[in-house]
Amino acid sequence: MRIRFRFAKLGKVRFTSQRDIARMWERALRRARLPLAYTEGFSPRPQLSFGLALPTGAESLAEYLDVALDPVRAHEAGVDVAALPALLDGLLPSGVEVEEAVEIERSKESLQQIVTSCSWTMRLTGITRYELALAVDALLAADTVPITRERKGRQEVDDLRPSVLALALADPQADGAADPTGRTVGLVAELSTQPRGVRPVELVRGLIAVSGGPSGTSPEGAATDGHPGSIPVIDRACRTQQWIERDGLRQEPLLGRVVPAGADRAVHALERVS
Amino acid sequence: MESLWPRIEPLLAHVTKPARYIGGELGAQEAEHGPNTVSWLLVYPDTYEVGLPNQGLQILYEILNERDDAAAERSYAPWVDMEAAMRAAGLPLFSVEGHHPAAGFDVLAFNLSAELVYTNVLNLIDLAGVPVRAADRTAEHPVVMAGGHCVFNPEPLADFVDCFVLGDGEEVVGEINEVLSAFRTGAARGAPGADCDREAMLRALSRVPGVYVPSCYDVSYDEATGTLAGIAPRFPDTPARIEKRTITDLGDWPYPRRQLVPLIEVVHDRLNVELFRGCTRGCRFCQAGMITRPVRERPADQVRTMVRSGLERTGYDEVALTSLSSADYSGIEETVTGIIDDPSCSGQVSVSLPSLRVDAFTVGTAAQIQRVRRTGLTFAPEGGTWRMRQVINKLIREEDLYAAVDAAFSQGWKRVKLYFLIGLPTETDEDTLGIVALAKQCVAIGKRYHSSVTVTASVGGFVPKVQTPFQWFGQNTIEELTRKVHLLRDAARPVRGLTVRWHDPKATAAEGIVSRGDRRMGAVVEQVWRNGGTFQEWSEYFDLDLWTDALAAHGMSLEDTVYRHRTEHEVLPWDHVSAGLHRDFLWQDWEDALAEHGLPDCRWTPCYDCGACTGYGVEHVVASAVPPAGGSQGTGQDLSAGGQVPVRFLSTAPSGAGPVVPPGGSAVALATEGRN
Repeated sequence: MRIRFRFAKLGKVRFTSQRDIARMWERALRRARLPLAYTEGFSPRPQLSFGLALPTGAESLAEYLDVALDPVRAHEAGVDVAALPALLDGLLPSGVEVEEAVEIERSKESLQQIVTSCSWTMRLTGITRYELALAVDALLAADTVPITRERKGRQEVDDLRPSVLALALADPQADGAADPTGRTVGLVAELSTQPRGVRPVELVRGLIAVSGGPSGTSPEGAATDGHPGSIPVIDRACRTQQWIERDGLRQEPLLGRVVPAGADRAVHALERVS
Repeated sequence: MESLWPRIEPLLAHVTKPARYIGGELGAQEAEHGPNTVSWLLVYPDTYEVGLPNQGLQILYEILNERDDAAAERSYAPWVDMEAAMRAAGLPLFSVEGHHPAAGFDVLAFNLSAELVYTNVLNLIDLAGVPVRAADRTAEHPVVMAGGHCVFNPEPLADFVDCFVLGDGEEVVGEINEVLSAFRTGAARGAPGADCDREAMLRALSRVPGVYVPSCYDVSYDEATGTLAGIAPRFPDTPARIEKRTITDLGDWPYPRRQLVPLIEVVHDRLNVELFRGCTRGCRFCQAGMITRPVRERPADQVRTMVRSGLERTGYDEVALTSLSSADYSGIEETVTGIIDDPSCSGQVSVSLPSLRVDAFTVGTAAQIQRVRRTGLTFAPEGGTWRMRQVINKLIREEDLYAAVDAAFSQGWKRVKLYFLIGLPTETDEDTLGIVALAKQCVAIGKRYHSSVTVTASVGGFVPKVQTPFQWFGQNTIEELTRKVHLLRDAARPVRGLTVRWHDPKATAAEGIVSRGDRRMGAVVEQVWRNGGTFQEWSEYFDLDLWTDALAAHGMSLEDTVYRHRTEHEVLPWDHVSAGLHRDFLWQDWEDALAEHGLPDCRWTPCYDCGACTGYGVEHVVASAVPPAGGSQGTGQDLSAGGQVPVRFLSTAPSGAGPVVPPGGSAVALATEGRN
């Protein structure tokens, strides 16, 4: 028996890593006394399968987790799947919010394999709306956008461009309002996860590159004060959807779920201060 | 108090492991501060991952928060990147629960578990925005306190800490809170709202048993030699000698009731249940064993309850049964089996026994608890020869160790780790090289069972600790320890399957500087800190030159502070604080050590009046009046007569000595290694 959960990661808990989240879930599932299936071998662990790792520091409205239950014990005990979100929500740390649980077929491919892209909303600081608009246009117009990124300790150059499936400024109502300097801008993007996932910082690195910013400038560590502008820094990033694209159709990993249009929900999420 | 979170949050995207600073642990308590509440910030002066599991801090956290007149939060040393970001942003040290500024608390209470964290203590006081020197603080500043094992020589921090608390904290923390509360509400002054008289408050604290207020004492030095002449109280109502606090019954204190479960991985990331406090094995190098006497066992049914409710509450799948020698707990086997076979644990809970004594018998217990995940076993013979082990009172015969190792290898373990000390009193090269001889034999035993085995000899340099029989011993020089390390390395090189690891002799020297220093050592600690020497326990930041430069700047040297043998009648800087042990008992034990004479464990043999029980009117709380099987170290008893189950060694010792029932007793400390 396999159960797929959808959960959010919001507020202070966004500073924990994917590994930390996995351990929180393991403890919560044990406390819920679910008849977990364990891996075979030397060091048995519960069989949990997360999708594409969320970068430490990013929030999410669309995290997924597959949990395998021991079929015999699950059958004996009888698992009320519909009651699981409320139960587990109370056992997980504040900020990890369980929204949905659905039993899925045991043969389903792993989340890692099937998810093809993710939608993001970001709030960038250190750049004006106009400057960012120019950078977005430049990136979308470019044939290739080489960025360097680290892979297993080595610097490699990858082309970012094919991974950017959609990119636009967010509704101006959603940003800037809180920032009288006008140097906080919202961005929405859909980034491919295949063959490798693109992280928000890598997108911003690409934006800096196409707008002629100093090469090697890191959006995480760049100083913003005293600079004539144009070095954006990610203030907040939130994964709003994970997508499975197959045969020209796009759906989220839990079937039948109605997806709210656009980034409305995400913008709302960004305003949820921890 | 204001929350600094809005100013902290923007820094966290740029530092390593930002979740160190967010709090939110299961069991964390949002303390309610109020005008009639004494607020405590409990600080562990090392990283969050190292400090969070500290059980002492968690016990006090709960006891204080259960009181209506107290509120406690926690803080840990921010890592160097975060500290830099905080200083750049003008942010002070803060609590992890409410992100409240440290200087807003009434008390900053530090846990001192190791000497090399002292520079971090100074750094954190400074980061809190509080004057580093106690003499510069005024009524507006928090009271800076310290407790933990290191306070049995408080002098190196006496200029920076307002008051030290000696021994078990469970009871005294409440008494301290009452004194502070009286001053806070004005009851102690009769005039609410009047300026708090800091000196009067500290004097009131100095009258609480177990509390040492350095500013209430005068230190005098011999004018001719410059040596310490004495430390005497300045006031008639200040005690000349400060005795540690001892709780009589651990069963009265089932804490932590709500162990903290962190959001990120920390050291000892598991449920911890304390089996007993204190140890009377009498290993002469071991400060913990000396200063925590007598033995007080937790009732077995309370252990069971704490384990079961703890696992249910936390969701952990591992529980550690902690103490200084867990195999000595009365009924350890039944306790362990009870946990493993508990149906509510679904067979998925593992038990770890840190510092489990090992002989072949207890390897059997270890085999049972590591039914599934069998990684490595650790034994601690500490000395390379029988002569050496008699000196340090760790009475393990070679045959005992071999039988234990044989049991381990025959039951499926392939990695064995052996802990040793070098630089022990009277040590000769024969003793040092005995380490390799023992380890080599262990490899040979392992080869009988497996084609490939690993034996690791982990070698630490000995630092003489205060309140032990070795407190008079002159520590080995860096050069001597290095020479011994090289001896070991060269001797071990041809032995396949044997690895020797050692602790940096320079760090051993630095630890020695602070361990036995007097009040003048405070200036050295301060200079090391001012020159950037924080996180000295971390090899990437440790720098011996900072220490030797600071010593030289204050007219001191390694020779006179670390390497010098102390004499029998010399005034020792820690003579005025007491762990209950009579000085003449310690001196006698030191002479027994030099005479290579072992001393039995007093738990099961008549008392020889060390002072820890008789002085405080307490006694051992031990469920079993006889030693556990295999646990007769130093008692001279037949092992098989010890416990309920006779000891059976699983094979003959390699010397061909036949089934081993050594008259001198048989025990080795063991720790089951972490699984992961």
